[in-house]
Amino acid sequence: MAYFLQQMINGLTVGSMFGLIAIGYTMVYGIIGMVNFAHGDIFMVGGFIAIIAFMVLGLLGITWVPLALLCILILGMAFTALHGWVVERVAYRPLRGSNRLAPLISAIGMSIFLQNYVQLLQGARNKALPPIISGGIEVMDMGGFAVKLGYMQIVIVGLTIVLMIGFTLLISRTSLGRQQRACEQDMKMAWLLGVDVDRTIALTFVMGAGLAAVAGLVWLMYYGVIDFFVGYLAGIKAFTAAVLGGIGSLPGAMLGGILIGLIDTLWAGYFSNEYHDVATFAVLVLVLIFRPTGLLGKPEIEKV
Amino acid sequence: MAEATVNTSAAPAAATGARAHEPSFVYLVKDALATGAIALALAFPLVGFRTVDRGSTTIIETRFGQMFLGVAVIALGRFAFSLIDAGYARAILAGSGVLSVAWLLLVAVDPGGAAIFPLGWMSWMLVVSVALRAAYVSWGDRSEARGDAVSPGDRVAATVQRLAVFFGPVLLLFAIAMPLLPMADQRWVDLGILVLTYVMLGWGLNVVVGLAGLLDLGYVAFYAVGAYSYAIIAKTFGLNFWEALPMAGGLAAMFGVLLGFPVLRLRGDYLAIVTLGFGEIVRVVLLNWNELSNGPKGIGEIPRPSFFGMPFTPAPPQGVTSFHQWFSAHLWEIGFSPIQRAVYLYYIILLLALLTNIFTLRIRKLPIGRAWEALREDEIACRALGINPTNTKLTAFAIGAMFGGFAGSFFATRQGFISPESFNFIESAIILAIVVLGGMGSQIGVVIASIVLIGGPEWFRDLESYRMLAFGGLMVLIMIWRPQGLLAFREPTILLKPKAGPP
Repeated sequence: MAYFLQQMINGLTVGSMFGLIAIGYTMVYGIIGMVNFAHGDIFMVGGFIAIIAFMVLGLLGITWVPLALLCILILGMAFTALHGWVVERVAYRPLRGSNRLAPLISAIGMSIFLQNYVQLLQGARNKALPPIISGGIEVMDMGGFAVKLGYMQIVIVGLTIVLMIGFTLLISRTSLGRQQRACEQDMKMAWLLGVDVDRTIALTFVMGAGLAAVAGLVWLMYYGVIDFFVGYLAGIKAFTAAVLGGIGSLPGAMLGGILIGLIDTLWAGYFSNEYHDVATFAVLVLVLIFRPTGLLGKPEIEKV
Repeated sequence: MAEATVNTSAAPAAATGARAHEPSFVYLVKDALATGAIALALAFPLVGFRTVDRGSTTIIETRFGQMFLGVAVIALGRFAFSLIDAGYARAILAGSGVLSVAWLLLVAVDPGGAAIFPLGWMSWMLVVSVALRAAYVSWGDRSEARGDAVSPGDRVAATVQRLAVFFGPVLLLFAIAMPLLPMADQRWVDLGILVLTYVMLGWGLNVVVGLAGLLDLGYVAFYAVGAYSYAIIAKTFGLNFWEALPMAGGLAAMFGVLLGFPVLRLRGDYLAIVTLGFGEIVRVVLLNWNELSNGPKGIGEIPRPSFFGMPFTPAPPQGVTSFHQWFSAHLWEIGFSPIQRAVYLYYIILLLALLTNIFTLRIRKLPIGRAWEALREDEIACRALGINPTNTKLTAFAIGAMFGGFAGSFFATRQGFISPESFNFIESAIILAIVVLGGMGSQIGVVIASIVLIGGPEWFRDLESYRMLAFGGLMVLIMIWRPQGLLAFREPTILLKPKAGPP
């Protein structure tokens, strides 16, 4: 029981991170119907920007943890969002309106490019960061097994909740969110009514990249290491989360992220550590076969 | 990047078309500066700082000099590109052409002399790409002035396709004669084998992606199944290459049906992601199922192919004639040389690749092949016409998987050792890139793309670390330039206003 609780806590933490990445996938898919394969690598870039920002701030003497974290959060989001914007501008915008496969191939190319770009610039080895927030609360002690809730885990889940609330307000209350939903429903009609479609799509990428940057930062702080290849697997798992929750649905992405995090952690904890990636892929395949609209998604009607 | 071209899903993508008339010079400078500013912001965290491992700790170094040079290169490039678009293509072409030739001469005279150019190859690449772009645009302007209906890229594609009728046999003759040419040493034959392996994989995947229009990101799974099937069958039952090959191909095809059956109802990019997932599952299973695949250590001592039972060994066991002994006894005297096996392997893969090609060419004429292509164009119309989409897709998937399995068996017998490391996602991406960049559905395009993507990097061994970077960048650029692929061109059968068509 205690072991299960501990796994649940860990799974929830990991799931929050997957959820943050999954929002980027789900929003982009919702608005232009493409799988942004490079999104996982944008997350990786966010992690690298965070580790560099940590070190530069350390050199500058800003070591008070809350201030440093705030600075890194803002800087990391800004720089990563710029990467997201440029990727959209360079690799996807020229392909709008061409066949469906072209943007996907372009995205795969972009993913390979970003991985090797970071590998060349920062080296292929793991980059380690000493723990910034350590320690935790002992929730309970059952039969010699202490269930621990790390401060880092509280920070991650809290940050995710705050971001989710802010993001939901942004989509439902602001004019930007309204434009975005309009584009999602009917891009041509929105354009005719004066919505700047290109700008809205670009901002979608910017927001997705910003959330991926937060995920990269907390990933780095939670695991303490990052390498140039981390975006591949994390990206696929987050995409699975988006599909599981129902692609195009924001609460679905978060729910899917948490479910994937739980499946991943529980599988590794109870069955076998080797096959936990297989479990995620199997979930992806099963969801797509039996419920392609996901848990919270709307059915897609194909018009002739 | 202040162009305000509005593209909705309905409007055609203005990739090269929209050219600003009457551009003001000030605007172009501002535009280049803005691009430079964006590049600076992009480069600042990742290029400006470098994390370095010192013992157990990580420290940080700066390299702002390189960063500013890189940013300057990008801003200049942007300026040159917008000048080209503004109608100065000829002048830019002349200037950049002279510069790139001068650079080459400088390097040829004194390899160290290239250092006077900042960032060496980077600035050279900028000059060359500016020259290429200028040439392309000025060519496009000329053909536009003549009133041609098709863009220069389409014209090249159409020309290559017409020439393929003559070019193909010439290429084939060269491929057959290559190992016998005097310059063919071990390195050439090995390179030929490598390129031909990818040609075969490309042709196999072309059935799935090019003909049936199913995007398969996990093709390497079938390659892996073929390789492991061959290794296990050959080692366990002691069968030789030609006996085990059909079994491995059959197993891979069965695997294709098994994987394909549940997922082929899915649409384009969902299918792509699920196949990617299957590719990863196969790799992870091979990595962990120690009893079957020997895990990460891989399988070694896989039997090498023999020439009608005659092995390629210097000293065969009692009662067995090796190839060079037989050859010496019946034709003329030769000694043992390892290149004999390489040449034999080369002909095996050439044969297998040609088999794939002929099979594909023939099956395109059969009802099933026509159904594949029809399905690629419009699935709903096909369903209305009574084609069973699932079965049709399944055959394409299975046949593609079978050729992947053949190629995998060949890989196993050539290497003599296989491990899950050889079958990762990047391998799938490379095979897919060969098919897509060559132009989906184009057989000759696959050959050209393999020579460029696989053979090319072999010449640039020094730039090994930049290889994959350039590979990814090239995928993006080619997609933007020609979303249909380099050599995909179909003449419109009906024109609303008949114009002077391509020559």
